Amino acid sequence: MGFANQLVRRLPVWAVYLLGALPAPWLFYLGLTGGLGVEPVRALEHEYGKLALQLLILTLAISPMRRLLGLNLLKFRRAVGLLCFFYVLCHLLVWLVLDVQILGQILTDIAKRPYITIGMGAFVLMLPLALTSSNLAVRKLGRAWSRLHRLTYAAAVLGAAHYVMLSKGFQIEPLIYLGLVLFLLALRLAGSRWLRQAAGVGV
Amino acid sequence: MARRWTNDLTYADATPQAAFWNRRRIMAGLAGSGLAAALGSQAQADLAPAGQAEQALEPNTWEEVTSYCNFYEFGTGKGDPSEYAGRMTTDPWSVAIDGMVDNPGDYSFEQILGEMTLEERIYRFRCVEAWSMVVPWQGFELADLLNLAGVQEGAKYVAFETLYRPSEMPGTAYKVLDWPYREGLRLDEAMHPLTIMATGIFGEPLPNQNGAPLRLVVPWKYGFKSIKSVVRITLTDEEPQTSWNMANPREYGFYSNVNPDVSHPRWSQASERRIGGGLFARRQPTLMFNGYEAEVAALYEGMDLSEYF
Repeated sequence: MGFANQLVRRLPVWAVYLLGALPAPWLFYLGLTGGLGVEPVRALEHEYGKLALQLLILTLAISPMRRLLGLNLLKFRRAVGLLCFFYVLCHLLVWLVLDVQILGQILTDIAKRPYITIGMGAFVLMLPLALTSSNLAVRKLGRAWSRLHRLTYAAAVLGAAHYVMLSKGFQIEPLIYLGLVLFLLALRLAGSRWLRQAAGVGV
Repeated sequence: MARRWTNDLTYADATPQAAFWNRRRIMAGLAGSGLAAALGSQAQADLAPAGQAEQALEPNTWEEVTSYCNFYEFGTGKGDPSEYAGRMTTDPWSVAIDGMVDNPGDYSFEQILGEMTLEERIYRFRCVEAWSMVVPWQGFELADLLNLAGVQEGAKYVAFETLYRPSEMPGTAYKVLDWPYREGLRLDEAMHPLTIMATGIFGEPLPNQNGAPLRLVVPWKYGFKSIKSVVRITLTDEEPQTSWNMANPREYGFYSNVNPDVSHPRWSQASERRIGGGLFARRQPTLMFNGYEAEVAALYEGMDLSEYF
């Protein structure tokens, strides 16, 4: 892991932002030019949503990876978290503007359809996290900041459940995402005391 | 037989060539448009039922129809069927017709084709997932096949099964649904002249992902009712079990008629997205019975369609 950690040290955070954000315009371009198949709206919505979920899982995996594998990616955790929020926003915008389009129907969907209610719930939980991601907010909020940012756990469960619920029939892929989220949260539950002693940083 | 549904589209109308699309709009799949000119048969515009306003329908492209499919035996992604269905063996093929029929047995695909007259039907196709296409099918009326088998008195329903062959169907490794895929119709729905068994699209044999070599098409119902790659047809006096109804009866009823007023529990059915419009296409309103109300509404007279959805 020493070599990997050295590489990580050399990689600037802005590069992670840049690389992480690139798929968004690329996927949009593919959607415009037929690269996402004949129904690009649905495909784009799914691609953005899945990327958001993958990044959310990655943020949850960063502490356990350091603890269990010795790989230290803490330096990138904020970037990964903000990228996740960015893709949630893209996912939401595609749904609002390109997919449903009709305001009345959007509101009905949010109120009446549990998987959409849950998805919106995850988005709402992530808003304060994105808004308090600056150094200033971290300093001002102190211990409250780490408590607040435990909302990530709830957002991850809701996001994964959203994917499971929208799938038709008994599908494996969304269940894998939900399983990963639950596994990463269980690791925290099992090791939280040990982790606080050893690391002295927020879980 | 009840009045036949006739079609005013010629075979050339459904050829996927840009020249055709530019030259003429397609008047399709509608009552009131003086439907005639089946393949090789005489135009009989006077037999066409009077009905709703004419509407120009342009069939989707070959690529759209064949690359965006649901066929969960090959995977749950829309692109999975076109990627994996090629390995399905469709020759030889036979359909077992059994239950309450006079002539039960295995009917080979060639035998069926030999008895039936193929014609062109350009129909709207509305998926329960709120997307739609317009598809130029070739096929024959299911009623003709059922009459060949001889429906016995007392039969009330028709049950269908899709091929289940795990060695050629990677999607069946997961129990996404209870295989084999099953569907069913009430006998009067099955005998309706709009209900066809399709063997081709765009004048070509059905690609495997579209349900080769023989599939049902019931244009006023959500697409999943139009069961693909049929290997068994059973006449019965009891409402048959259907795969989606077994998997989730709250979301997928036995009838599954296209109905903008009855929303799916997870999304509205009031509007749909026409495949092929690209990123910025507007949604369009969904029509009652997918636009075939004049032809089929009588089948459901007196039924509460929100209860029997």
